[in-house]
Amino acid sequence: MQYQPKIEPLFSKLGWVGLIGFALLTLLVVPSLYLMAPDGSSFQISSYTVTLVGKIMCYCIVAVAMNLIWGYAGILSLGQGLFFALGGYSFGMYLMRQIGRDGQYQSNLPDFMVFLDWKEYPLHWIGTDSFLWAIVLVVLVPGILAFIFGYFAFRSRIKGVYFSIITQALTFAFMLLFFRNETGFGGNNGFTDFKRILGYSITDPSMRAVLFGLSAFFLLFVLVLSRILIKSKVGRILTAVRDSESRLMFCGYDPIRYKLFVWTLSAVICGIAGALYVPQVGIINPSEMSPANSIEIAVWVAVGGRGTIVGPIIGAAAVNGAKSFFTQAFPEYWLFFLGLLFIFVTLCLPFGIVGLLSKLKRKFIKSKTES
Amino acid sequence: MQEISGIKNPRSQTAIGHVAKGGVDISHGPILYLEDISVSFDGFKALNDLSLTVDAGELRCIIGPNGAGKTTMMDVITGKTKPDSGTVFFGQSIDLSRMNEPQIASAGIGRKFQKPTVFENHSVFENLELAMKYDKSVLKNLFSKRRQSQIKKITETMEMIDLVDQADRPAGLLSHGQKQWLEIGMLLMQEPQLLLLDEPVAGMTDDETEKTAKLFKSLAGDRSLVVVEHDMEFVAEIASTVTVLHEGSVLAEGCMEDVHANERVIEVYLGR
Repeated sequence: MQYQPKIEPLFSKLGWVGLIGFALLTLLVVPSLYLMAPDGSSFQISSYTVTLVGKIMCYCIVAVAMNLIWGYAGILSLGQGLFFALGGYSFGMYLMRQIGRDGQYQSNLPDFMVFLDWKEYPLHWIGTDSFLWAIVLVVLVPGILAFIFGYFAFRSRIKGVYFSIITQALTFAFMLLFFRNETGFGGNNGFTDFKRILGYSITDPSMRAVLFGLSAFFLLFVLVLSRILIKSKVGRILTAVRDSESRLMFCGYDPIRYKLFVWTLSAVICGIAGALYVPQVGIINPSEMSPANSIEIAVWVAVGGRGTIVGPIIGAAAVNGAKSFFTQAFPEYWLFFLGLLFIFVTLCLPFGIVGLLSKLKRKFIKSKTES
Repeated sequence: MQEISGIKNPRSQTAIGHVAKGGVDISHGPILYLEDISVSFDGFKALNDLSLTVDAGELRCIIGPNGAGKTTMMDVITGKTKPDSGTVFFGQSIDLSRMNEPQIASAGIGRKFQKPTVFENHSVFENLELAMKYDKSVLKNLFSKRRQSQIKKITETMEMIDLVDQADRPAGLLSHGQKQWLEIGMLLMQEPQLLLLDEPVAGMTDDETEKTAKLFKSLAGDRSLVVVEHDMEFVAEIASTVTVLHEGSVLAEGCMEDVHANERVIEVYLGR
């Protein structure tokens, strides 16, 4: 009889249960409780919680995108925060236009432009009053930048730590650029004071619920998409890029194309996450592009477990959950804690939380079969 | 010319990648020409006006002491190293010095590294699947499904390299000799016209070595092989023509007995 390769399912049974449970919870239960639970009932969910969880889900999307390039293709980018911020700025331009004449100075222009004594919108703001164009920008701006940068970096065979350093430099350079008032993105204050999306108030609970639901939906979508990609032949080629790039080249594959593909895809996903993030937190400024922000993204993935399915999501949620707790309880110790956590994970948990769990599970099964 | 007419038209039906369109033109006999190749690293001349031709269907062994330039020569042929001067041609018309590694691989040159190099986290089956002759572009692979004919072909190769019962095992868990075999199997899946094999039997048991010799001999004729090897017994067993490299150029070439009797070769190998 002929050999047949095993076909692994897209997700395990437990995985499907988790996915569907998460979808029900975030798309149905939370929004309806948030909108409909009466005041004072124990089922009431505050706007604060919805916004916080929505924000963390955006981070989880970034973590999944980071896992695609780092966990599977072995490209450690320390500049994903840049693509996240660019997506946020792209959508932020639209949000600024939606303020209309309700700004401090009651002008057609955003406050910061009035402040700079500008009389009209600069060239790159053309068309940003259109919602559709804003969506196009959210995808294209990070995508095109990543493609061009990646093309030259991969063609020059920049790899490993050198690539990481260059991505750090890239995001730092953009941060300096966006800090300048002349760039036309509000300088160090960035964009804030948003009022509306598509004419609906941004602080309205139903708008919050919609943004929350969209973030949850996109997180699920990205998770399934990345899983399909990794299970495809391209996924096997990507892990081959990570493990032995030269062998792959001598098999006739051009690794540049594969790296460029996954790198650009990852940047676009980060950009969309940024666009979902900005209306929920209500502000975007150049500090999102700070090198430390991008390093934090790598920490989330490392903590959760790189190269695992849910690891990055668990990592992003756990670290950010801890962050909201720590920055309230002991604000000055948060960075120390983050540093210690990263050192601990690197030394003791090479496969992160998920790696630890599956190790415990194996041990448990082993002891069960032995007894 | 009769004996090579069988492979005259090797890939006109199934061109792959972006390179192989017409296929290799071997109408004049040789499949590989190296002419006056020089490569230097920081002033050290790894190859020094090296000229070498390999005929289609030939099984050529290259020997030489350490540092003679054997591996550098393979690097030049496969595009890993660009020569400082000289020309490399695959058949009559394909100029290898203008191509990069994946293009050269797609054109029909397969290479086995000195240290067995397989995808350690992929199963044996997946390793062979990745190497299989097929469109290597992103888009094509994004939507490709395994066909039964492909599984059959991979299974045949697994049988040939004796790894069917290891099909689902990660390649990283194989023994050294098995990894060598797997890499040879991957080379075969590429269906190259020219195989470059850098120390293919290092770390193999006598049994495995013997099998490898048999396999290589059966491949020659249909394909051309260039084997770099230190194991003289193995070389004597398989080679019809042996080329001795020394300090980056050809020292001697001929059948094993002639080379063995060559005084300069003895001098180089045994020292003065």
